[in-house]
Parts: sequence; C-alpha cells; structure tokens
Amino acid sequence: MDSSLFDYALGLGDDALVSAQRMGWWISRAPELEEDVALANIGLDQLGQARSLLGYAGEVEGRGRTEDDLAYLRDDREFRNVKLVERPMSDFGVAMARLLVLSAYQLHLYRALSTCDDALLSAVAAKAVKEVAYHLDHAGQWVLRLGDGTEESHRRMQAALDAEWPYVEELFGPLDPALAGQVADPAQLREPVLDDVRRVVAAATLAVPDVAPAVGGGRGGQHTEHLGHLLADMQHLHRSHPGATW
Amino acid sequence: MTPTRTMPTAHDLAAAVLDPELPMVTIEDLGILRDVTEDDQGRVHVTITPTYSGCPAMETIRQDLVESLTLAGYLRVDVEFALSPAWTTDDLTDEGRAKLAEAGVAPPGPAGAPGGPVQLTLSVRCPQCGSLDTVESSRFGSTACKSLWVCRSCREPFDHFKAL
Repeated sequence: MDSSLFDYALGLGDDALVSAQRMGWWISRAPELEEDVALANIGLDQLGQARSLLGYAGEVEGRGRTEDDLAYLRDDREFRNVKLVERPMSDFGVAMARLLVLSAYQLHLYRALSTCDDALLSAVAAKAVKEVAYHLDHAGQWVLRLGDGTEESHRRMQAALDAEWPYVEELFGPLDPALAGQVADPAQLREPVLDDVRRVVAAATLAVPDVAPAVGGGRGGQHTEHLGHLLADMQHLHRSHPGATW
Repeated sequence: MTPTRTMPTAHDLAAAVLDPELPMVTIEDLGILRDVTEDDQGRVHVTITPTYSGCPAMETIRQDLVESLTLAGYLRVDVEFALSPAWTTDDLTDEGRAKLAEAGVAPPGPAGAPGGPVQLTLSVRCPQCGSLDTVESSRFGSTACKSLWVCRSCREPFDHFKAL
C-alpha cells in the first residue's frame, strides 16, 4: 500500500466530509429559507467529493475498506481533516468566514490537482473545481454583505473572521516528501488562496486578523474535542445498526 | 411466416431512461449517458457521469437502467460511473434544452472554462413569457443543478438550470 497517498486522499476526503456534516447542521436554521437550500446544496457537493476521495483512499489502502467503512467506522484519532472544518459552526458569520477560506483553498487545490498525473485525483478535482468556485462566490457575497452592512453585522463578521483565522495556516502544512511532484503541494497554495480571501475581506471593509496560528496536527489525527461529538452524531446510526440498508 | 421480433438496441433503451429529478428529459438529453456497449451474449455495459459530485440521483438512474434493459431481455447489465471528462451543461443536447424550456425550466447559457471565474449571468429568459426582465431570487434551487428566478414581467417564479 502507498500509505502516503492513502493519508493524502483521506485528508482531503475528511476535510470535505466533516465540512459537509457541519453544513447539514444549518438546514432549517439558516437566516432565510433560500439559505437553508444553499447550505444543503453546498454540503451535498462536499459530500459527493468526500465519497469519491474516501472511496479512492480505500482502494489505495487495498484492505477492502469502502467509503462507508472509512466514514462511519473510524474514531476521531484516525481522521485526517484540518481543525478548521471540525469546530462548531453555529454562528452564521463563522459559517461564511469558514466557507470563504475553505472554498478558496479547495478552489486552488482542486485546480492544481486537476492536472496531476493521478487519474482518479485529477478526475475528482476537475469535477469539484467548478462546484467550489460557486461556493466561494456564495461565501464572498455574504461576507461582503455582512462586512459592509450595518455596524452590528460588520462587528459580528469581523469577530467571525477573527475566530477562524488561527486555523487557516494548517491548510498549508507540509506535504509528505514521498508525494512531492505528484500532488498539489499545500505550501504552494498559500499565496493564491490568501490573495483571494484578502481581496474579499478588503472589499467587505474588514481587516485581515493579526493573530497567531493555532496548533495544527489534524492531518496527523490530533483534533479538538469537537470532532468526537460530531462523529458521534454522524456515525451513531450506522454503528448501532451495522449493515443496515434501506 | 414467423414474425421477426426486433429487439430495441441497448443504446436506444438506455437513452430513453428519464432523469428522476428532471423527468422531462432523458439521460441522453442531459448528456450524462457516456457510452453503451453490448455483446452477442446479451451483456450490456453502460457508462454514465454525474452532473454534480454529490448528485443523489445516480443510484436511481443505475437501477432504472438495469430494470429497463433486463426487462427488455438483456441478461447482464453493468453500470459504470465515470467522472472524467467532467460533465458540463454544454453537454445538454438542443432537444434537451427545448424540453426543459417547454417544462418551465430556463436552460443554461454557455459554461465557462473549468475552474475559471464563475460566469456572471446577466439575464435569463423567462420560460413562461419570454421576457428578459428577470431576477435571481436564490442562487440554489430544489436540486444541485438549478437556481431560482422570478420574472418581473409575468411575476412567475421559475427554475434556471445553472451553467456549469
């Protein structure tokens, strides 16, 4: 098994899966009905990306684990997502600040991967890049509207950005040297991603937060306490009724 | 005289399967039917591609293909999902576009370059009255592939198939 490629595919798949689960929380809770539909659709795109990536990780591993096995039967320490996506997202400003950062990152990531030599990763990326471009546009519109809105919306949008910012740096963490030249190098994505985010932040009359990065480690299985709670919710049914289908 | 029973080709049968979420168009109209091959043993291999990564209709389409082909006498039907090349709304056939418009869903304009900037849709023609005085009311609609619009001339809301 190529354990480097397995971990890489798992990391990207887990980012998408955990984010999709957080998005789903918003259904029926968004500020307007149209936004319920929007966040559900964004989550669905991410879930689709996660399914392809986790299915591929299972193939690379070669032990017969399916996308469902990987999604439902791993504990938090076995997840490889960044901490950005796992923390609670029950403030709408936080949801939009996070989606802005995540979708800008995924846009450049998938764009780079769409021309890589790995046939499956490039196919998933070529499909996903168009979806995340739309997510970025959607998040950008809300950040603009809230940042450049009322005093209260500006204050809350800035607070949301400040809360997410410490978790941005982990996205650009080091690439396993065994994969150099084969997949997208996160460090190379740093400037283009931050450029896209800064442009929206400036147009929204917000300030780029000046805060120290939080401790990373998500790609190595070190997570916040929040991931375990999210997984309990997501995995409960599958683990309580193993093999159940409908 | 023995009448000759003509069996529809596997391609004809597959091409006639309807999209479960947009039942006014077939999977061929949508451009998601990529390939159908049959051998002389009655085995069929169908390749389809999803519109969006998370399209929940894929499993239903697979079942519909298997059902339609096996009922017609094909013994074994395999359905493969292929991601590459990525589907785009430019793959919709002219007939598919006409059927969408007929059913009140405004068809997509040309898609942009993959991964390029999201195309600004300046206006979408109202499928009810033909007016261009329309406005987007929600960027996401009842399925991943649609947005919701309102016509300011006839006041009717309508779905728009987003360019992708």
